[in-house]
Amino acid sequence: MKQEISKRPRVGLFVTCLVDLFRPSVGFASVKLLEKAGCDVEVPMAQTCCGQPAYNSGDRADTIAIAKNTIKAFEEYDYIVAPSGSCAGMLKKHYPLLFKESAWEERAEAFSARVHELMSFLVDVMGVERVEAAHEGNVTYHDSCSGLRELGIQEQPRRLLSSVSGLQLKEMRDPDVCCGFGGTFCVKYPDISNKIVAEKTDNIRASGADTLLAGDLGCLMNMAGKLQREGAEVNVRHVAEVLAGMDGPAIGKGES
Amino acid sequence: MQITSPEFKKNARSALSDTQLQKALGHVRTGFIDKRQASVDALPEFDELRDSARAIKDHTLAHLDLYLERYEEKVKSAGGYVHWAETAEDARSVILDICRAAGARTVTKGKSMITEEIGLNEFFEKEGVRPVETDLGEYIIQLRGEHPSHIIAPAVHLNKEQVEADFRRVHDHLRPNRDLSEPESLLAEARRVLRSEYFTADVGITGANFLVAETGSSVIVTNEGNGDLTQTLPRVHVVVASIEKVVPTLEDMSQILRVLARSATGQDMSVYTTVSTGPRRPGDPDGPDEYHVVLLDNGRSSMLGTEFQDMLRCIRCGACMNHCPIYHAVGGHAYGWVYPGPMGAVLTPSLAGIDKSGHLPNASTFCGRCEAVCPMKIPLPKMMRHWREREFARGLNPATQRYGLRAWALFASRPRLYHLAASFAIPALSFFTGRRPRFRYLPFAGGWTRHRDLPAPENRTFLQQWRSRQAAKQEAQA
Repeated sequence: MKQEISKRPRVGLFVTCLVDLFRPSVGFASVKLLEKAGCDVEVPMAQTCCGQPAYNSGDRADTIAIAKNTIKAFEEYDYIVAPSGSCAGMLKKHYPLLFKESAWEERAEAFSARVHELMSFLVDVMGVERVEAAHEGNVTYHDSCSGLRELGIQEQPRRLLSSVSGLQLKEMRDPDVCCGFGGTFCVKYPDISNKIVAEKTDNIRASGADTLLAGDLGCLMNMAGKLQREGAEVNVRHVAEVLAGMDGPAIGKGES
Repeated sequence: MQITSPEFKKNARSALSDTQLQKALGHVRTGFIDKRQASVDALPEFDELRDSARAIKDHTLAHLDLYLERYEEKVKSAGGYVHWAETAEDARSVILDICRAAGARTVTKGKSMITEEIGLNEFFEKEGVRPVETDLGEYIIQLRGEHPSHIIAPAVHLNKEQVEADFRRVHDHLRPNRDLSEPESLLAEARRVLRSEYFTADVGITGANFLVAETGSSVIVTNEGNGDLTQTLPRVHVVVASIEKVVPTLEDMSQILRVLARSATGQDMSVYTTVSTGPRRPGDPDGPDEYHVVLLDNGRSSMLGTEFQDMLRCIRCGACMNHCPIYHAVGGHAYGWVYPGPMGAVLTPSLAGIDKSGHLPNASTFCGRCEAVCPMKIPLPKMMRHWREREFARGLNPATQRYGLRAWALFASRPRLYHLAASFAIPALSFFTGRRPRFRYLPFAGGWTRHRDLPAPENRTFLQQWRSRQAAKQEAQA
């Protein structure tokens, strides 16, 4: 048992397509947190996207092709970690369903068993209790739906945030209610999505926090985009950035 | 009723700009949710009760033919009649025959979604039978010529000022300057007006929350007592129920009752739970002379054995819509048919066809809150996804969406190609932003930028940056 703990686990980072394209700093924050927690982190270049846009549009054949690519790319790692509850949920909970009664069933299940969302991996698997980071100000935390309801992520990020010096957590009303992103939903039904996110930004502003955090970049971009369109002065960041002490420009605020 | 689900987007837009509706929907967002939570918190075994309720229904559905036949036998031996109706049309004509035989001109009705499903009121009016809704919410929307916008709170889309105006318009025999400012006074007035209807009605029609195979009983739960008056005062009682309402025993019914009202309104039990078995027996103080049950299939038996079978566990509590952000935003009428919210998004394609209702299972963020509160643990998002899969397989979704998706998937399943494309995407995007940190408008992303800014990507993708760093590290080590 001891021996196992002393061995540094090899973690394959599933960056997620949104982080890769829009917010690389979340990827670097994840690497930093994982290394701090005692992991050897690698980033397989053969990764793309988890396949949710196809999966949630009913395109099962393409989803399966994408899932096979992901499984192959990450098969050799002790753990697969993603800084997103939604993508980790896809990898962990939905991949096995795609391969039921097929030649890939066992392979998919073995893969999925090693998948974790970042916050949950740090706290539940690596036993991290605190981080060394500072962030002056009031933050509020939005529970993204898939992470919360598929993976039970709620307490872990809050526990880690409570160890950040200078940081005060101000809960908003209904932190566990959807922000209206929903992947392709927000562009297929923009008016409904707008109504939902407007409700959310009302709650964010009413919390009195100057920073909004969450664990999923899709939701964060949705809420940041709405707050900025409304002219609100709230900074929006991925929770990993604050925990890793990375304080570059907030989402939508940096020089591109 | 006329299905308007194909115009879901249009319906939604008008709902979003309807200030009265938006005000009324505010009550859904708060009232139901808090009350349900309080009653669930007070019952530590609630989750186990959900499991046992689910197991009861799963077992029943696996042996549905057996329990339905047993139920029929028991109804008959109690002196009642059972009519099997395969379609809505069959059900309507059976019900009309019963009414005609009873010489009925006025029919009172307890709250029933099934009679909405078969369009009974419109049919009655066409055939010269006057239906009178006796549930307060149903009564209100009948006055307005509307359909329910919620399966347990049919008039939840209205504010009390609107109801007051309707009552003054319709009850014009009453004193014009009477006080109707409080919900209680509205209720009292409706009660007064309805009281006489119970006595003039020749037939009373109710739905059923449960049919009990063990005893041949039909069971309704209500809060106003109107259901009891509807089914005991007229000479003929007609129960209209769909086949999946059957449960094996009274004990099974009691188990499910424990999760029903808690999930629906946050009550431990509804005010009235009424069990009816057959017509009035010699010596009974009240009850109908005739007792009929119309058992409706209307597409349900073809859901058995498919990925949609779990939907037949639904006990119509409304918790899924009470917790649905889409329902909160647009209300029930936007869904365009009888059943709104997540349960409607799964059921409507089954009963009315996916060709007409394709929007419904698509208009979901898959937030999962519906499944999390469903007392029968129905995997609603999963079944909405199944509908999307069927739609995709049949090529029902728009061509632009399909080709866009296929093109994207072509890249996403080929990493080298994908990363090459990503490395071109960023400079292409910055062509539009210049050096601005976000977009206010972006071609092909109008759905996003109409309502919100889009953060601009950083200079290079994470994978590009990571690769350079690793290369630099290796060089330093060498």
